[in-house]
Amino acid sequence: MSELLNPEPKVIAFLCKWCSSNAADLAGVSRMKYPANVITIVTPCSGRVDPTYIFDALAGGADGVIVAGCHPGECHYVTGNYKTLKRMVLVKELAAQMGIEDERIHLEWISSSEAKKFVKTMTEFIEKLKHLPPNPLRNNRVALEAKH
Amino acid sequence: MSQKKKTREPEEAKRLGVFVCHCGKNIAATVDVENIAKEATNLHGVVHAAESHYLCSEPGQKALQDDIKYHRLDGIICACCSPTLHEETFRKAAADVGINKYEVEIANIREKCSWVHSDKEKATVKAMKIIETKVEKALLNEALTPISVDVNRNAMVVGAGITGIQAALDLANSGYHVYLVEQSPTIGGHMAQLTSTFPTLDCSQCILSPKMSEIAHHDNVELITNAKLTSVTGFVGNFKAQITKKPKFVIEELCNLCDDCVEVCPVIVPNEFEGGLGPRKAIYLPFPQAVPSAYILDIENCLGIHPLVCSKCRDACEQKAINYDMKEEIVELNVGAIVIATGYDLYDISKISEYDFGPEVDVIDGLQFERLLNSAGPTGGAVLRPSDHKKPETVVFVQCVGSRDPEHHMAYCSKICCTYTGKHALLLKDQEPETEVYVFYIDIRAAGRGYEEFIDRAQEMGVIYIRGKPSKIFREGDKTIIWAANTLTGERLEVEADLVVLAPAMIPSFDTKILSGVTKCNLDEYGFFKEAHVKLKPVESLVQGLFVAGTALSPKDIPECVAQGSAAASKAMALLSKPQLYHDPIVAIVNEKACSGCKVCQSLCPYGAISFDSVKNISVVKEILCQGCGTCASACPSLALTLKNQTDKQIENMIRIALKTEAK
Repeated sequence: MSELLNPEPKVIAFLCKWCSSNAADLAGVSRMKYPANVITIVTPCSGRVDPTYIFDALAGGADGVIVAGCHPGECHYVTGNYKTLKRMVLVKELAAQMGIEDERIHLEWISSSEAKKFVKTMTEFIEKLKHLPPNPLRNNRVALEAKH
Repeated sequence: MSQKKKTREPEEAKRLGVFVCHCGKNIAATVDVENIAKEATNLHGVVHAAESHYLCSEPGQKALQDDIKYHRLDGIICACCSPTLHEETFRKAAADVGINKYEVEIANIREKCSWVHSDKEKATVKAMKIIETKVEKALLNEALTPISVDVNRNAMVVGAGITGIQAALDLANSGYHVYLVEQSPTIGGHMAQLTSTFPTLDCSQCILSPKMSEIAHHDNVELITNAKLTSVTGFVGNFKAQITKKPKFVIEELCNLCDDCVEVCPVIVPNEFEGGLGPRKAIYLPFPQAVPSAYILDIENCLGIHPLVCSKCRDACEQKAINYDMKEEIVELNVGAIVIATGYDLYDISKISEYDFGPEVDVIDGLQFERLLNSAGPTGGAVLRPSDHKKPETVVFVQCVGSRDPEHHMAYCSKICCTYTGKHALLLKDQEPETEVYVFYIDIRAAGRGYEEFIDRAQEMGVIYIRGKPSKIFREGDKTIIWAANTLTGERLEVEADLVVLAPAMIPSFDTKILSGVTKCNLDEYGFFKEAHVKLKPVESLVQGLFVAGTALSPKDIPECVAQGSAAASKAMALLSKPQLYHDPIVAIVNEKACSGCKVCQSLCPYGAISFDSVKNISVVKEILCQGCGTCASACPSLALTLKNQTDKQIENMIRIALKTEAK
């Protein structure tokens, strides 16, 4: 593996209230471990994740963003996750055009029983980000904050 | 966009309180609770922060309430365990002292922080961040009132096997009006086909038919047979169900069961009720105890649809009860709750290529054998080979056909086969003690009161149990050969049988998948309906107001089905007995000024909750239909739609604060 370019990446994870948030809770109950670099924001459905939130997070200095929802066919709101799937393809394309590596954006289907998958997803994503340089927009963020 | 929100509205002199729970050592071991509570007082909008050893305990809640009153708080953030555990607890405690329950936020610093991290420093920083995001959200939370709706007090039960019958009777006897919808011409389901039931050997029809007749005569039950549920709209307490009724071509009210039509009908086809082992006419009564008690015309096979060819039955009917021109009917029902009890089918044995199957080779399934044993069956209760109607001298039973075979077929255990095969063997031995009876099994699983003893009884009667699964079943001359290995002795066996009875896996009934699409109730990996919680909500589904019971969920025996039918009925009653229901007010809302009338949101809503006001040229959310997923809000190009208490501004603020650099 390449060298560590960013030892402490910052990650925002949008979790669906019905599946992946419960998987995260189950990971806790099972005392599984994963790095503390991720802050989670729970939404009613992955379909609530407006593409602009992902760009907000990246513009705000997040090194990576995860969106986790119910497996296809299992959306609590019938079809929300399909909309997410479509949006995420566009988000990645758009990010690439803006010079943001699409590896920084990750979509995963994690059901409420898949605590192991949740932990694996978080751990591997954070590990991957450690080998990417910090989000180039992070300095931008610091500058913005200074302004306020 | 994200810069604009920095300017906070002046009215937000909201007084927030943060309460950090130690949860004994559960949180405090990895998170510096004391320090966090201290730091939290510096957060914008927070006027008070406190720590508690156990916030959920009675003294903990009391202290919380005292602080709310003393500091005149408008909203609180409880930093503790998952909201699935104590959100309601704290909402209630806060509501008791005047805080709107939607002004209560949970910062989950246990499951999502202290339990999953071991570095105390990092975990403390993260816990603080989680609290900060929740404070940001709380600052913009609105006090909301649950939306109340009237409840329609009618119920619908789909599927009229023993589970559905039980559910319908329990509901009807409690005073609720029930629509019982069944896709076949009669109610009774598979239980009506059985000869007797294990382990007591009660006659199945004798214990079922009183219930069937109670359904037929109950004032509160409206029976709709030969019908399918084709659409469900609406929501808990107010469903609109569409039922498609296939024509029966016989006017039930006029038919007096004289049997004249059957006598003259020239068409003979295999009778599905007899598993194809007996004949029926194109106009027939499914079985003598059928409810509703009336003939039905099988239009697939009837010649009378072209009256020039044949109209014998109509001519013979003195009651003028036969009408060839009946059409499909669509009925709309308004109900408050729905119970799904659509039962099971048997695994398709033709998928098992190593087993020959069919009455012509004397290999039949368990349900067909039930008919052979049944005194009302095609042989009058005598066990005869279907191929030549001779008495079999050697009968072989094979269990786990298509079940417990994760590589090729179904991985699960069908649960009832060990005991019913024991019953078959025992009844056969009882009838013909000289018959050689073998049972091939993988393991004997006979858990249940009296079941193990029942299997013992069969063995004592001389039934030979051989541990091993046959590798091949094929016809040779007028015998059926079974190749197997006895896995206890290691020897290879070849048995020449006159009759082979297979015990196929129970699988979801054939239209379960379609019904899942209609009702939006999830299925499990095998295609059975999935309950809301396998232990604690065994008959509830994730769709509120929709209950599932019996073998539609998983393989079960009759007592379990009856218990689940009653359970689903009582859950439905708990809902129907309320005059009003409360709908979560976390719903989408349209900013009328910003809406451009593009209708993008309308196409996204899976509930049809968004309509269009063509006068104002804007989208309108019907709050009662909205389930609060927010998919519309994240697609609105004009930022006119948002979700209450989950607004763009709130989420953007949460993102911003989560990423804020630590330096203060």
